[in-house]
Amino acid sequence: MAMAWVWSGMVIFSLIFALCTGNLDAVSAAALEGAGSAVRLGISMAGVLCLWSGVMEVMNACGLSAGLARTFRPLLRRLLPDASRDGETLAAVSANVSANLLGLGNAATPLGIQAARRMAHGCHGAASDELCTLVVLNTASIQLIPATVGSLRAAMGSAAPFDILPAVWLSSVLSVTAGLAAARLLSLLDRRRP
Amino acid sequence: MNLSSLVVPLLLALVAAYGLGKRVDVYAALTRGAEEGLTVLLRIVPALVGLLTAVSMLRASGAMEWLSALCAPALELLGIPPETAPLMLVRPVSGSGALAVGSELMAAYGPDSYTGRVAAVMLGSTETTFYTIAVYFGAAGIHKTRHTIPAALTADLAGFAASALAVRLFFGT
Repeated sequence: MAMAWVWSGMVIFSLIFALCTGNLDAVSAAALEGAGSAVRLGISMAGVLCLWSGVMEVMNACGLSAGLARTFRPLLRRLLPDASRDGETLAAVSANVSANLLGLGNAATPLGIQAARRMAHGCHGAASDELCTLVVLNTASIQLIPATVGSLRAAMGSAAPFDILPAVWLSSVLSVTAGLAAARLLSLLDRRRP
Repeated sequence: MNLSSLVVPLLLALVAAYGLGKRVDVYAALTRGAEEGLTVLLRIVPALVGLLTAVSMLRASGAMEWLSALCAPALELLGIPPETAPLMLVRPVSGSGALAVGSELMAAYGPDSYTGRVAAVMLGSTETTFYTIAVYFGAAGIHKTRHTIPAALTADLAGFAASALAVRLFFGT
């Protein structure tokens, strides 16, 4: 329902703003142009997006995601010590993280949900610290090859659509670090409160 | 010859060779993945029709520039280009909405401009926070989210500032 409010707000706000600024002709043209450009954008993104989704699937079939999951296990064991005591939860979390890294969103979400369900046992509806950490880990994306953004840049005529990769990696790592630090700090503050 | 032109063909060749070495049907996996890509596209195009319409209207009405100007003082303090303000507002709520705003920014400023690059890095390094939280806690039956939302939004904000920083670092302004 949230999107209904956001979308309606955008359209109504545009109309009011256009009436005030006298840009009504431009807004009317833009509405029709926007709808057309959405379909053009989808078509021009399609090739690159499908190609990289295909490459990711090949990497997945080669066992890269299983390898990544093994690599991340020690790190996740430190990040989620309680959950890691249960082998199946740890396996689901590490598979979730590696699927996210490969940009396999459709594979990552069910794995993450499986882990979250196991971790929610005995929580009585309130998120534990580690459950918060797991969700923060999933709301901060780390992707090796952000295929959607790359194909968007290609569609918009970028000279080298994937030249932003190092910048994306650096920014993702900083973002996840900040999120995890904030989660830790807030949980400490939470515990101090009587 | 540009060295960065080597990355894409090299990556494709390496993945193919590695897959063959592992006795994986590389071609079948590639087409399976491409099909997955099409379903992703099929899901986002209808959303893009609605959202690019609204975003184009906002731009044409002048509201977009007004919003950027409104947020400019705070954003300049964080080193973030103020033109990306609408993108940051939409990003945690809607993935397709962010894609629509991002494409609109790239059309207005150019995909290889400073603003265009920052928008792309923002899109690549953050997630649809509220959607993700709703899906995970909904499935796990959690209704007290405690500090999840503030921590996740901190990650988003840090990601936005880091995107601008990283683009300045790798490409300059």
